[in-house]
Amino acid sequence: MALNTEKNVYTVLFAALMVIAVGSVLAFVASGLSEKIRENERFEKQQNILYAMGVNENANEGSVNFVPTTEVEAEFQKYITEQWIINGEQRTQNQEAYLIDLKKEIAAAKKGQVPRLPVFIGEKDGQKYHILPMYGKGLWDAIWGFISVDENMVVQGVYFDHKAETPGLGANIKQRYFMDDFIGESLMDGSRYTGVSVAKGNNDPLNQRKEDNAVDALAGATITGNGVSAMIRESVNLYKDYLETIREN
Amino acid sequence: MAILSKKDTNLILDPLADNNPITIQVLGICSALAITAELQASVVMALSVIFVLGVGNVVISLMRNIIPSKIRIIVQLVVIATLVIIVDQVLKAFAYELSKTLSVFVGLIITNCIIMGRFEAFALGNNVWRSFLDGIGNALGYGVILIAVGFFRELLGSGTLFGIKVFGDPVTKTGLYATGYENNGFMIIPPAALIVVGIIIWIQRSKNRALIEEN
Repeated sequence: MALNTEKNVYTVLFAALMVIAVGSVLAFVASGLSEKIRENERFEKQQNILYAMGVNENANEGSVNFVPTTEVEAEFQKYITEQWIINGEQRTQNQEAYLIDLKKEIAAAKKGQVPRLPVFIGEKDGQKYHILPMYGKGLWDAIWGFISVDENMVVQGVYFDHKAETPGLGANIKQRYFMDDFIGESLMDGSRYTGVSVAKGNNDPLNQRKEDNAVDALAGATITGNGVSAMIRESVNLYKDYLETIREN
Repeated sequence: MAILSKKDTNLILDPLADNNPITIQVLGICSALAITAELQASVVMALSVIFVLGVGNVVISLMRNIIPSKIRIIVQLVVIATLVIIVDQVLKAFAYELSKTLSVFVGLIITNCIIMGRFEAFALGNNVWRSFLDGIGNALGYGVILIAVGFFRELLGSGTLFGIKVFGDPVTKTGLYATGYENNGFMIIPPAALIVVGIIIWIQRSKNRALIEEN
């Protein structure tokens, strides 16, 4: 077949057809799968929230296992008793509060608008957990998570995740040993809300001191660690009024 | 009759040893540095590249007579990007956990010079079957080095393999750590990958002196 592929007309036509073909293939794939993908994302959020309040399937030391996706919806109904949206002074219950994208709300807050902040109240074995979402920046891209506290502002559990931190370094924020260190730390230093910071050289690698508002940092992941500290501080700041109303001492 | 002729077999075996994309052609070094701190990440990256390079080589080879040479690089990029996006979307829908591990590498696959290199050097001038074998061979050659580097870096840097502690617990000092052994933190930072790749190149060339360039 004698096809002159050097002609400009041919080149332009080829490029145009290629863009149309590739565009339709990608659009077809994306629209066909979008529902399934959204469902996966919803389940993941529920799993993360439950993980932060200690509802998980962690078996041995070091494992991070969520409630399976097939059961997560039922478990979420069972353990999360209330979902609130805090909109300035106004507080409303909303069963879909967990779908709020905190990233957008933080951006809105920075523009001076009143953000819609979700809070989840969970109950397990007679104890109440207040679970707050977090969103921040690591070294390469976004980091986010959930933190659960009791009425004394003591952390009951956390879950961290990240988009693109370095494997083996910053990505270790979602490892069990790092997340478990936060349990028992206080968000308050005296009467100030300080959050919990990720500190280097605090001479407490086993994290035995729980009153120091700090956990041991990850080697080689200073900027991700600082991002985690900043993220917790920002969330505590956003939710200060709410925390003040539930605080008991 | 064998399924693969001798020439076809060489297409797969050559890149594994004497024409390895990383140690001989020194391509794809950027991803070899970036993601080999953990063995699992290396394996996932190797598998993704095998898929993208295998399928990509086939697609480019099928189109080799109709691609205008002026825009062939752009066409190659579009093919790589499309494949990667489709893989990412399918994984997100059917293997969500895996897709989260993979998401970091999507950008890295698109910029991996081995892929464009094979499209340009092989698929544009060879038939579909040979291009497929060449793609698989080169991706395997890349993957083998990636996994070897990941193995040593995770083992010596963190004392783990696939996240499982093989030397005992470094914090509570059990196993090997009780004797005073320490993890080498240097191994988990990117320059260590260069040194490990360098040692692999050294060993390979001392075994096969024909590979040493003369000057």
